[in-house]
Amino acid sequence: MSPENGKHLPENYATGLNFEATELTLGLPGKPRVTISDGGAKSGTKRGFLETVDLNLGDKDCGQSQIDVQEAAKSPVSKAQVVGWPPVRGFRKNAMKSCKYVKVAVDGAPYLRKVDLQMYSSYQLLLSSLEDMFSCFIMRNYLNEKKIVDQVNGLEYVPTYEDKDGDWMMVGDVPWQMFVESCKRLRLMKSSEAIGLAPNTPPKCSSTT
Amino acid sequence: MQKKMAYSFPDEVLEHVFSFIQSDKDRNAVSMVCKSWYDIERWCRRKIFVGNCYAVNPRIVIRRFPEVRSIELKGKPHFADFNLVPDGWGGYVFPWILEMARAYPWLEEIRLKRMVVTDESLELIAKSFKNFKVLVLFSCEGFSTDGLAAIAASCKNLRELDLRDSEVDDLSGHWLSHFPETYTSLVSLNISCLGSDEVSFSALERLVGRCPNLRTLLLNRAVPLDKIANILRRAPQLVEFGTGTYTAELRPDVFSYLAGAFSSCKELRSLSGFWEAVPAYIPAIYSVCSRLTSLNLSFATIQNPDLIKLVSLCPSLQRLLVLDYIEDSGLEALASSCKDLQELRVFPSDPFGVEPNVSLTEQGLVAISWGCPKLESVLYFCRQMSNAALVTIAQNRPNLTRFRLCIIDPKTVDYLTHEPLDVGFGAIVEHCKDLRRLSLSGLLTDRVFDYIGTYAKKLEMLSVAFAGDSDLGLHHVLSGCESLRKLEIRDCPFGDKALLANAAKLETMRSLWMSSCSVSFGACKLLGQKMPRLNVEVIDERGHPDSRPESCPVDKLYIYRSVAGPRVDMPPFVWTKDEDSSLRLS
Repeated sequence: MSPENGKHLPENYATGLNFEATELTLGLPGKPRVTISDGGAKSGTKRGFLETVDLNLGDKDCGQSQIDVQEAAKSPVSKAQVVGWPPVRGFRKNAMKSCKYVKVAVDGAPYLRKVDLQMYSSYQLLLSSLEDMFSCFIMRNYLNEKKIVDQVNGLEYVPTYEDKDGDWMMVGDVPWQMFVESCKRLRLMKSSEAIGLAPNTPPKCSSTT
Repeated sequence: MQKKMAYSFPDEVLEHVFSFIQSDKDRNAVSMVCKSWYDIERWCRRKIFVGNCYAVNPRIVIRRFPEVRSIELKGKPHFADFNLVPDGWGGYVFPWILEMARAYPWLEEIRLKRMVVTDESLELIAKSFKNFKVLVLFSCEGFSTDGLAAIAASCKNLRELDLRDSEVDDLSGHWLSHFPETYTSLVSLNISCLGSDEVSFSALERLVGRCPNLRTLLLNRAVPLDKIANILRRAPQLVEFGTGTYTAELRPDVFSYLAGAFSSCKELRSLSGFWEAVPAYIPAIYSVCSRLTSLNLSFATIQNPDLIKLVSLCPSLQRLLVLDYIEDSGLEALASSCKDLQELRVFPSDPFGVEPNVSLTEQGLVAISWGCPKLESVLYFCRQMSNAALVTIAQNRPNLTRFRLCIIDPKTVDYLTHEPLDVGFGAIVEHCKDLRRLSLSGLLTDRVFDYIGTYAKKLEMLSVAFAGDSDLGLHHVLSGCESLRKLEIRDCPFGDKALLANAAKLETMRSLWMSSCSVSFGACKLLGQKMPRLNVEVIDERGHPDSRPESCPVDKLYIYRSVAGPRVDMPPFVWTKDEDSSLRLS
């Protein structure tokens, strides 16, 4: 069934029979993975850590190291990180700075992810990370329209967020820091539903999460 | 002859004798003496501990022990703490609550660790157990403040509500107001994990004020510094207190009011909290320092010299949790002031930084090993280590029972000799004959596992990462460590051979976790087939393991013994030997 032995390519989830994407699950169909051969070019971080450590996972074809893309989106001063290492609990990692975890929901998907907005310094990095997280989507024209497109069904998604006052707004209209401070949760809303959700005049929008 | 003697005691006498036997191990031993002791014991056992919720099911427990008052359950494997277990893996408490609601109407205590707890479960607890007293949710998730409101509203005899380290959906701070005005029996409240949403301060103050037996109160970050004094003044009998965010502009009136409040708490022995602590307000606690036995500064941003000054004022300290801001110099000071120290945990302030940001090395831990004769439990994050330091520590402190060392960069060598750290950890297991828990780090070959298998006879839990050369390493541990109960391994080149050769050993343990190792799905299936009392679960989100070549290692593997058979709540990404994915129900 799977086209190539021993390789898992993200595209497999977009083509062919992907039961997993349609099953009700609390896990993610497109969990971000960066293979060693991939080069991790997207995140633009230093590869020094992976290159110097021989992870020695046996069969290199299907050995993969899991890179937490959220953390790789940090500035290049910190290394590309391995999931769960060093073994520090989540609530400790953020003790040094005020943590800003918000839930991310995608219309039509029965799962949620959390992102720490403090990890990103711009909308570009955040949206790029969202793209990786929900890897069946690709970004389209995010600089201008900030839309996200589902490769499989061609639906367009608009990133929106709920602010401190409980209003749903379009992502990208306020300065980044202001957004970080006021954002309570994110929702990738289907474009069809986002009609009427104009910037600066946000109507109350009922959340499905 | 012996059988006659057993029957010659009336059951009540035996029951009375058994009531003095509290530990699970002893109770289990008692129950194996003979059939009548088994029967008598099972009717009078009041407290159950289930170390792996999938090792047994509620029906089996209830059938054997009909009169339980207190239950403790653990769910997810330990590595779930570090995001290695995908969401939806399992550990749901609801099926247990459902059965116990029917069978144990007099249940008083529920303690859960790493389990998924829903609001529905909490509501069911609230309405099913009329004499409910203790709820401890340790590193749990899946519930919100709505569920807590149900508990607060209904559990008139609640003594203890402890949410430590849990992930709670913080919908509203008003859940605290659901404790009725007539409710006065609170002894312990730990809400330190709750988020930044508002807590109703007036409800909190009133609650604290009307509960004269309150001994433990751990607040969350939402409680600002200027609210603490009023709370303390209402509860001068507190023994354990956790502040909220401990930062504010320095105002002399606020400071002296706070200092006065602390000094009126004569029973205070333990302090924690201190998020974003500022040095200006630290002296407010000086009056209690000489009596403190436990201090958790692991969220406090204060650095030296304020940090050194503080710990030097606490000569009675037995337990210290602190960030690496303490540095080697602070640990040296600690070693000379705190001779009663039993437990030390040093956490990294910048775990993902490339360069060290503080001057904390192996020297600090060595100093502690020289100065603190009662030291038995260590958790230490650092960036450099040497075999010589580990040997010194081992020789100084043969009384260590828990030793967890995390050298932040995987495969770090001995910085003096550039060798692996095999000899150092070997010394630890050789000298510390009562060592029960060990976590390894640094560059390690199969040799360290040889030492561990040879010497670590009392070792119950071992954590291994980025270590070893071959299956021999795993084999040493599985064949040598007689007391081993939990083994967790990640990113090591251990494969099928050692696992299959030591299959029988796995039934003597609670569980084995292996992730990013070299175990094949074929071996997992074989193990599952040969060992019907083991659940061999492969966690792999890439799809059915059979869709990859036989030689391709599984992503994650969790093996545990069970009398309940395969579990019925496996998510789609967990695979066992019985797998046929098209028949799988989600």
